[in-house]
Amino acid sequence: MAGTITEKIFSARCGKEVTAGEVVMAPISGAMIHDITGPLAIEKFYEMGGEKVFDPAKIIMLFDHQVPADSLNAAENQKNMRIFAKEQGIYNYDIKEGVCHQVTLEKGRVSPGDIVIGSDSHTCMYGAVGAFATGVGSTDMGFALRYGCLYFRVPESIRAHVTGRFQERVGAKDLILNIIKDITVDGATYKTVEFTGDTIESLNMAGRMTCCNMAIEMGGKAGIVPPDQVTKEYLSGRGTWREENLASDPDAVYASWRDYDVSDLVPQVAVPHNVDQVVDVTEIAGTHVDQVFIGSCTNGRFEDLKEAALVLGDRKFSDDVRVLVIPASKTEYLKALRAGLIEQFVQAGALVEAPCCGPCMGGSFGLIASGEVSFSTSNRNFRGRQGSTEGKVYLGSAATAAATAIRGEITDPREVR
Amino acid sequence: MKIWKFGDNIDTDAIIPGRFLTINDPAELATHAFEGIRDEFSKEVKKGDIIVAGRNFGCGSSREHAPLALTGAGIQMVVAQSFARIFYRNSINVGLLPVICPRASEISETDQVVPHLDEGYLDVSGKKLPTEPVPEFLRRIIDAGGLVAYAKTIRSEDLCIK
Repeated sequence: MAGTITEKIFSARCGKEVTAGEVVMAPISGAMIHDITGPLAIEKFYEMGGEKVFDPAKIIMLFDHQVPADSLNAAENQKNMRIFAKEQGIYNYDIKEGVCHQVTLEKGRVSPGDIVIGSDSHTCMYGAVGAFATGVGSTDMGFALRYGCLYFRVPESIRAHVTGRFQERVGAKDLILNIIKDITVDGATYKTVEFTGDTIESLNMAGRMTCCNMAIEMGGKAGIVPPDQVTKEYLSGRGTWREENLASDPDAVYASWRDYDVSDLVPQVAVPHNVDQVVDVTEIAGTHVDQVFIGSCTNGRFEDLKEAALVLGDRKFSDDVRVLVIPASKTEYLKALRAGLIEQFVQAGALVEAPCCGPCMGGSFGLIASGEVSFSTSNRNFRGRQGSTEGKVYLGSAATAAATAIRGEITDPREVR
Repeated sequence: MKIWKFGDNIDTDAIIPGRFLTINDPAELATHAFEGIRDEFSKEVKKGDIIVAGRNFGCGSSREHAPLALTGAGIQMVVAQSFARIFYRNSINVGLLPVICPRASEISETDQVVPHLDEGYLDVSGKKLPTEPVPEFLRRIIDAGGLVAYAKTIRSEDLCIK
């Protein structure tokens, strides 16, 4: 029977043919917990009578939201998680490696065809390597830690078919913002967003991660890119590459099919306070900003920092702007360091922080005050997301962020030459 | 019983801001519910109150702290035109009843709401507003009183553990 890649993954993992809409108890290939939602998951695991987790080798633990611990509560939560990891034999990356989704992928903990859950909504990012990955709450996570499986309703899929070549200084972030504008913040609720087409095939893994990361911003349960040669190369030496037919059948049934052509796409910006409020950068160019944040699981990779550095050149950032650069992981940090990007950012006036979520969720440092405006490469611009509910958050690419930081106002990166 | 009305796309950052997520106790979380968005909520909310909202309630984060903050505040159910996926599931798991009512916008803060969910409607001051049925597998979790209680009732052959 014809199936989508999502149906095929569930069928293979459940050992029977399943189609969208069915509810299955599926074994999970891996689970990720971090410092915010982990403590509750552990509490629920014990409340369910758990003693030993289903398989410590399949669980990834790390701290990224409040790093290093910025309050006594955060310190206590992290302490309790460390104790749990030790008792259960779970390897804990602790505060040393960076943002959960980036670290999970770069450590090779996800492979094509896997079903992976994480107690963080942006877990859908792992679809970049052809896995079915979704965010769950702490009680679901507690259940999965104990039993190694979880209930899933096999989702229908929306196919986002992307063709054409990006103009210079336009890329994956602009594409995904444009797709979210079209599908809207709840247009993909309970569905997989499957990204295909020659543009997606030509994207490197960093760009694919950016696209899958933001599937949740349309309500998506998962985002997925069918694995190919790019996936294989990324996974070589880190994950498990499985040589199998993991792509939707030509006659698979989709909830909807949407075509995009990026040839004329210009830099996109999500304006406050919803992620689907997306405009061309030209429409809001000149808007004053107080802070620019380049980082997060959406756009904190070496490729993003490189893009920002290319726009920056030997210029300085505006004196009126606080610029925070936070690489997504230790690996990405070191790559940027060796390439001279960190020195370039520091010389230009940025604060470069150790890998973590930074101001993305507004739980830690780098918050904005009332009346202030943040331009951010992260994934959400909800009211109050990065501090005061009287502040505003704009979202865009690393190139647009760098151009904006140079001028102190939202700027089209194609204009900074 | 009081009805607290909200609009579309009420996100989890609005329900409980990120800076309070190191708190795990529902009662303490409740003291910060809707902080900065609707400050009177945490002061005036009473046990048995109902939230009525528009589309896509609970969008955003997987943080279970959001439904927990509402259970901690004594909210018995959230009636919305539609819910975000993770919030919907988290609510059922922690014993907060999410009710999908496509005509939720017809409910005002002065209405009396009596749920008849088995029959598929809300009695809103004498008017019948249809509600969407809960999928059967979620029904079992609700009937058990949440996922923790449900987990204790399932048979090992239904699970993946060997």
